[in-house]
Amino acid sequence: MFFQAAVLAAVAAFGLWLAGNLRANSEATNIPLSYDYLGQPARFPIAGSSFRIEQNVRSAIIVGVGNTARVAVVGIVAATLIGTLIGIARLSTNWLVSKAAKTYVELVRNVPLLVIIIFSYKALFLQLPRPQEATRIEGLLVLSVRDIAVPWSRVAEGKAPAVLGVLVVAGLAAWLVARWRRSVFDRTGQPARAGVASTAAFVVITAAGFVALGGPVDVTSPQFDEGVVSGGIRMSPEYAALLFALVLYTSSHIAEIVRGSIQAIPKGQTEAATALALAPGQRMRLVVLPQAMRIALPALTNQYLNLTKNSSLAVAISYFELTNITKLSIANRSPAVPSYGLLLVLYLALSLTIAGITNLVNRRLAVGDR
Amino acid sequence: MSTAPMSPATWVRHNLFRNRRDAITTVIAAVVVGWVVFQTLRFVFGTARWEVVRANLTLFLVGRYPADEQWRIVAVLIAAAAVAGLVTGVLTKRRRRAAIADDAPLPPLPFARRLGLIGARYWPALVLLLVLLLLARTSTPWVVAGAVIVAAVVGRLVGGALPPKVGIVLYALPVVLPFVALPFLTGPLGWDDWGGMMLTILLATVSMIACFPLGLLLALGRRSTLPALRGLSIGVIEFFRGVPLVALVLMSDVGLGFFFPRDALPGRVVRVTIAFTIFTAAYVAEIVRGGLQSVPRGQTEAAQALGLPPVRMMALVVLPQALRNVIPALVGQFISLFKDTTLVFIIGFLDVLSVADNVIQQPDFRGQGLFAESLVFAAALFWVGAYTLSRESQRIERRLGVGSR
Repeated sequence: MFFQAAVLAAVAAFGLWLAGNLRANSEATNIPLSYDYLGQPARFPIAGSSFRIEQNVRSAIIVGVGNTARVAVVGIVAATLIGTLIGIARLSTNWLVSKAAKTYVELVRNVPLLVIIIFSYKALFLQLPRPQEATRIEGLLVLSVRDIAVPWSRVAEGKAPAVLGVLVVAGLAAWLVARWRRSVFDRTGQPARAGVASTAAFVVITAAGFVALGGPVDVTSPQFDEGVVSGGIRMSPEYAALLFALVLYTSSHIAEIVRGSIQAIPKGQTEAATALALAPGQRMRLVVLPQAMRIALPALTNQYLNLTKNSSLAVAISYFELTNITKLSIANRSPAVPSYGLLLVLYLALSLTIAGITNLVNRRLAVGDR
Repeated sequence: MSTAPMSPATWVRHNLFRNRRDAITTVIAAVVVGWVVFQTLRFVFGTARWEVVRANLTLFLVGRYPADEQWRIVAVLIAAAAVAGLVTGVLTKRRRRAAIADDAPLPPLPFARRLGLIGARYWPALVLLLVLLLLARTSTPWVVAGAVIVAAVVGRLVGGALPPKVGIVLYALPVVLPFVALPFLTGPLGWDDWGGMMLTILLATVSMIACFPLGLLLALGRRSTLPALRGLSIGVIEFFRGVPLVALVLMSDVGLGFFFPRDALPGRVVRVTIAFTIFTAAYVAEIVRGGLQSVPRGQTEAAQALGLPPVRMMALVVLPQALRNVIPALVGQFISLFKDTTLVFIIGFLDVLSVADNVIQQPDFRGQGLFAESLVFAAALFWVGAYTLSRESQRIERRLGVGSR
């Protein structure tokens, strides 16, 4: 009891000392500690957004959060897909494939992420041809030092709810068909082709819906005209470089997690699947991976958190996400301590959100096996 | 376990052309891998212009360390090699004795085979050393490398000849070394002028040493039964694990100064070291906590039965076992830290990455697009360090796993 009180008193004294220093410094330098600056005009532009310099600092930070989310969400999806593939490849019986995957993992994992980011930006994306001489595959890809553009879909104005409705109905139908085919398979033992049937149902209903709505979605492909790119979705080289590096780095870590989780599945599972005459692909997809992913999820969560936090390395290549905006706003007379305080709190909130979502998924997955 | 040797043809059929699908995969993979390997080789031995690295080798390795003081670095390298050799020698001898006591003496290996084993274990470092020597434009590095190797070999031989009882004195050497070496190296230039690989190693080593006591306290605090202590520790640990290191590094440069008295503001290197230390301490705390949980309950109960007071029970019974179990994880954390020190690039320190970024702007090389060359070299320096450490950590893990319980 006495010991506890003494430690707390020491910590409190230290905290008071810090706070006292902070107040003294704030007064001496005339830099305030309040959050009033959030309402002030930002006085700086943000490349690649419609942000105007007379908007306030709060809006700038919101733009930053959006940009962090933009790189983090795409990065998490891509890194998971690529990492899983490479993790599986590492366990391939094919010597060449497993060695190539291993080399990839060992090579990427042991180099600092910041080195990869700078390399990807300065040695790859900034070395792309000038806008006038962009490398392009007609209708599919435009690559230049100013724009990286690929096809994208666009929903016609006002028809978004209808499109969503059609997709939901189609998805529901596909699910019902799959259930029906599976029950047929369970009853008769005849091959029921659940996957083919449900895909067909989805495609037919979607197609019918789209015809009925008069083509509500059009795919826009990037058009190139004298160095000006229009249509499709365009990425700045900063965004592309950051995304590329984050995916490269994180996928090498995810590959190791996936490999470990697959190896943790008892061999009997694979053997049982083989005894049931499942093809190698089915064995992996239906038996091994679902169980492995359950084991992998906590470690994957960590990687997702890392990727999100690592997106702050964008500071080095002027992609304007949360950290970079904060840095920019401090350079434009926002007070440093409150700004960084807000930054830390926002990252904590982001981390807790991602951890919360994956914990939810984790609980879902855990139900049913014990 | 060992299978009968396969003939090459059988091996190829078994590992590359098992069935039709496998054969198609092999062909596609061979094309892709072949293309990547070809492009890499063409870059490294053909199109790459390594002059930019060659001209700045000193800058990459030691930053702006004054030329007439560089003998200090050489002295530290030789001392480190000698100590490493000495410890290896004593450890090997102890292992041999233990093996003899177990009636399973290790047969002495022929010299060539031993060299082969060392080559297999340290090939990345050896290749890097050779590359550095070949890139060097004077003969001094050759002499230094020779002296370091001689020191290691002499240390190894002396260590093998010492009586195995020297124990504790000997293990103190590698621990004491950094505390002697750092002031010795800092002497002529002060903290804020370190650069290149030396700055990277300085930041990683000092932060790792400094974060350990803090991490240990946080871990013990989190396991404590006193609610206030536990809450405080959990708060600190989770806070620093939830925020990006970049934010802390930036803050150390601009914001941290506000928390110090105006006349006692530490230098930039010290401030950034504080950021690295606190950040890593949070992770080390979690690692140590894992180690504490891995010590079986019976150990504490036995210690209590012997009447040990809590502090001595922790220090003499629980912690030694807990720490031993988490050595590999701690090495892993050190590797992360080693890689993360590149973040000082963002606040304009002259570390390896910023040297690589800066040398491109020199008058001789400006506007020639040599980013790939200098960044690949920087990446290689880090890769060799991190890869070697991670392999060593796996070795420790395997050795600890055998017969630990």
